[in-house]
Parts: sequence; structure tokens; C-alpha cells
Amino acid sequence: MAVDAGRYSLTPNPRTRRRKLVNVLMQGLATLAALAAVAVLAIVIISVAQRGASALSWDFFTKTAATFGQGGGGVANALVGSFVIVALATAMAVPLGILVALYVSEFAPPRIADLVRLVLDILNGLPSIIIGIFVFGLLVIGSGQAGWKGSFALAIIMLPLVARATQEVLALVPSSLREGALALGASRWRTVLGVVLPTSLGGILTGTVLAVARAAGETAPLLFTTSIAANAVTWDPRQPVLSIPYDIFVLSESPDPADHARAWALGLVLISFVLATSLTARLLLVRYRKKLEG
Amino acid sequence: MEADTMQAVAPIEIAQAREVPLSAAGREAVFETRGLSASYGKALAVANVDLSIYRNLVTAIIGPSGCGKSTFLRSLNRMNDLIPSAKVEGEVLYHGQNIYGDGVDPVEVRRRIGMVFQKPNPFPKSIYDNVAWGLRVLGMKDDLDGRVERALTQAALWDEVRDRLKKSAFGLSGGQQQRLCLARAIAVEPDVVLLDEPASALDPIATSKIEDLMHELKNEYTLVIVTHNMQQAARVADMTAFFTLERTESGGHGVLVEYDETPKIFTQPADKRTEGYVTGRFG
Repeated sequence: MAVDAGRYSLTPNPRTRRRKLVNVLMQGLATLAALAAVAVLAIVIISVAQRGASALSWDFFTKTAATFGQGGGGVANALVGSFVIVALATAMAVPLGILVALYVSEFAPPRIADLVRLVLDILNGLPSIIIGIFVFGLLVIGSGQAGWKGSFALAIIMLPLVARATQEVLALVPSSLREGALALGASRWRTVLGVVLPTSLGGILTGTVLAVARAAGETAPLLFTTSIAANAVTWDPRQPVLSIPYDIFVLSESPDPADHARAWALGLVLISFVLATSLTARLLLVRYRKKLEG
Repeated sequence: MEADTMQAVAPIEIAQAREVPLSAAGREAVFETRGLSASYGKALAVANVDLSIYRNLVTAIIGPSGCGKSTFLRSLNRMNDLIPSAKVEGEVLYHGQNIYGDGVDPVEVRRRIGMVFQKPNPFPKSIYDNVAWGLRVLGMKDDLDGRVERALTQAALWDEVRDRLKKSAFGLSGGQQQRLCLARAIAVEPDVVLLDEPASALDPIATSKIEDLMHELKNEYTLVIVTHNMQQAARVADMTAFFTLERTESGGHGVLVEYDETPKIFTQPADKRTEGYVTGRFG
């Protein structure tokens, strides 16, 4: 019963000890990196909240900027402006994005579908300042700024997001559902309208919400298109209107320290909006997945 | 294309010893395939099938996996059109007209030739809307409630769902879902119903319900069923076609071996390969 201790040894030897060390080290590094990512978000939120919370008040949400040196005043025009611009951008980008996605996943030949997908990815990767300049050259030169021109620029940013997200959920719709509809003698379009789209509505909504969150925070496209605005609340997209991200920029450049606090507070508003919408989108997606899996 | 050129001929060469089978005698051929081949890309799936399918009979298509029986079935209502690489050659005459002919609308083809699939595929809608959707799409909106009730009754599902018509179809069991899909298919009053292994995902009790239904439904419809279950073919089918895989250098493709009355196929097959399959020595 003499056991060959060397060959069948179950205790660590120098070589396995080294491997174990490397294993522990790498596992530790990966964990640290993950923690760092969480920490960055936490630090950003906490510091913005700390600096901005004090400036939040009823006036902050309901009044426009006060004259320099005078106390009080708020950012109502930026809040309304952002709402108007983003709502209009959503109205432009969502129907178009859904149609593009339908073309790619339901109608296009595979090669063209791949090409359109590639184009959407490139569009998604375009720096937003480029889109801003493009819209400036196309719409603003000669006729001046307007809220809807900012919406147009934001819609270009939202379009690939909506189209890609929609196209991904359309791909999740089982082909057996399409076959079932077509086998009844339905045309492709009726199949899409009656079966495919209702099935993917949850996913499309998620994509839309994420695109809205992204657009709400974009500054560069608005810089050239809707930034020189009157200091008044306006719901009219034909006028240049102020927006939350652009107002943050303006306030933080101001010599008045009270404006800096307002910039932080406005940042807090924007971050809260983005967080809330992203979480909502996640929740919607989970519910949608469950529904689709029956 | 005239009806009188459509007289049923001996279904296939291998079965040439027999004229028109007894149970098919005097019946109108709903389908007549001539040299039908189907391929996906470069891979031939099923080759050169000549087969007549007769009115108000249940025709079963049996054979081992990969013998092209589903591909053949799907080529009868142009369901293969949906697969970009799929190609069909030869003719499928439906009451004398080639469904792959010029000017034929695949949507019209599928409206007359319905299909029930292997896995129940109810729409994510209510039970009622699952049946009513096709009716609405095809403009059969008069007496919608009555049509839905009749279809569900024909599919032997009405009593089980009458109290929850507005509930989601996903709440039904697999067997109920499949009968719902059958109800959905017959609600639009097709001429033919193709069934692609309709019971393969179901338990034995649900399976026997589907089989009982087929006996009922053949009075009104022509049914074609693909099944890998020989007992099922023997129980439900009047006519049975046996397909097998013919191996070639490039892989292999399905061919029709023998087509005859079901008892004949199971008791006195003319071809050795059929005999090997139905007796369980092969396949």
C-alpha cells in the first residue's frame, strides 16, 4: 500500500503554488476593475448631488434666470426647452427608426440588410459635434437657429439607436409566428403590423427610452442649432430654445458663484432623468423578455 | 391546365403495378406534383417527386429524418418562399394550376392552403383574437363571433376555452395551443390543411385528440400530414407516401419511394426500402 507521494500528491507544490497565486491575482484585479466602474458612477452621482442639492428650490424649477448679481432665478426655460426639443426629436426619429428596422429585418435581402446595419453603426459612431455642424450648415446658415433644428440634429443621433434596438427585438420574434400569420393568407405587411410589431412593442419602447435618455444629454448638436435663446420660457420650437445640457455649460462659465451651484443642480436633474429612464428601460426589457418567452 | 387532362395517373413509377388506388378512385386530385425538387442553396433537399393528393382524404408523408418530407409539405403552399436560399423546381398543380406559375400570388395560395406547424405557434394575443385575426385580415368579418365559435368547436376546443376567450393564448397547454392553431387555420375556410408533425411536441392524450380531429375534419378539408410516427400515419391516413434519403456523393436528398393506400404500405409494401422502414429494420 505504498503511495507514490510524488506522483499522486494532492498537496500544493511550488509550481501549482505559483499558478494559484497568478489565479488569485488576476481574479483580484478583475474584481477591482469592476468595483472601480461602480465607484466612478457612485462618485459622479454623489458629488453632483452634494454640490447641486442646495440650489434646488421651487424657484429653480419655475423661474427663468435672474439678472446678473440679483439672487433667485431658475432654469425653467432650459427644462421646458429640453422637453420640447427632445419630444420633437423623438417624434421624428422613432417612426423612421422603426421603419428602417422593419426594412432591415423583414423586407431587405440579406446583403442589403447587412449594409444598412453597417451604415446605422457608423451613424451611431459619428461624433455628435459633426452632426451639429452638419445641421448648422444645412438648416441654420442663412435662416438662424430654432428649436426644431436642434431636434433634427438630435433625431439623427436617435435614429440609429432606435433602429438598432428595434431591429434586435424584431430578430427575437420567433419566425414561427411570422409563418403562422403568413400561412393564414396574410400579406407580409399585415403580418408585420398584426403580429410582429405588437410582439416586439416592449423592446421597441426600451430602445426608444434609451435613445431619449441619450438625446436629453447631448450638448454638441444643440450648440450651433438652438443656443442663442431669449431668457423666457417658450414652447414654440420655431424659436431658438435653451436646453438643459447647454444651460449647464452656460451657467458653469458664469462669473457668479450662485450660477455654479445652479449648474450643479441642473446636472443633478439631468443625471436623475437619465438614471430613471435607463432603469425604466431595463425594467421594460425584463418584462418584455418574460412575456415573449410565455 | 384543363380539368380533363388532370385525370389521376398512377401516382409514382415505383408503384406502377397499381392503377389509381382504391380509396382514391373517382376522387378529384387536389394536388399533383410533377418533377418537384426543392433545394436550399446548393443542397438538394428533395428531388423529382410526382405525387397526387386526393380530395377529402388524409394523406400521410412518412420517412426517416432528413428525407425532405417537411420541405415537400412546405413547397405545397409556398412556405419555402420565406427562406431566401430556397428554390423549387418542377410543378405543383393545385386544381390544375401551377402554384409556382407566373402571376400566382403566394398570399392567395396560402389563403387556400393553410398550415399547422410542428410547434404550437399561437400569436401573443387572446384566444379569441388568435382565431379572429386571420378572419379580420381576410375580410371575413361578418358574424365574427359565430365564425370563431365554429372554428373552435371544430377543433374540439370550444368547451375548454369558452369562458376565457379574452385570456392570453399562452395560458393554454401545449395540446390546447395546437388545437387553437388548428382552429385558427380552419377558421379562414381553406381548401387544404397541411400539418407538419402537428403532434410531435404533444403528450399522448393531446396527440390522440389531434388524431380524432383529423378524422372529423377530412369530411370538409383535404389534409396532408407529415409525421415521423408510423403508428400515427397508420391510424389517421387513407393514403401514405414513403420518402427516404438517397445518399449521393454530395450528401443526399429525399426521394419518394412508394405511395399507396395506407394498409397496403404497412402490410404489403411494393418496395424493399418501405418494408424495411415500416417493419423497423431501418430508419
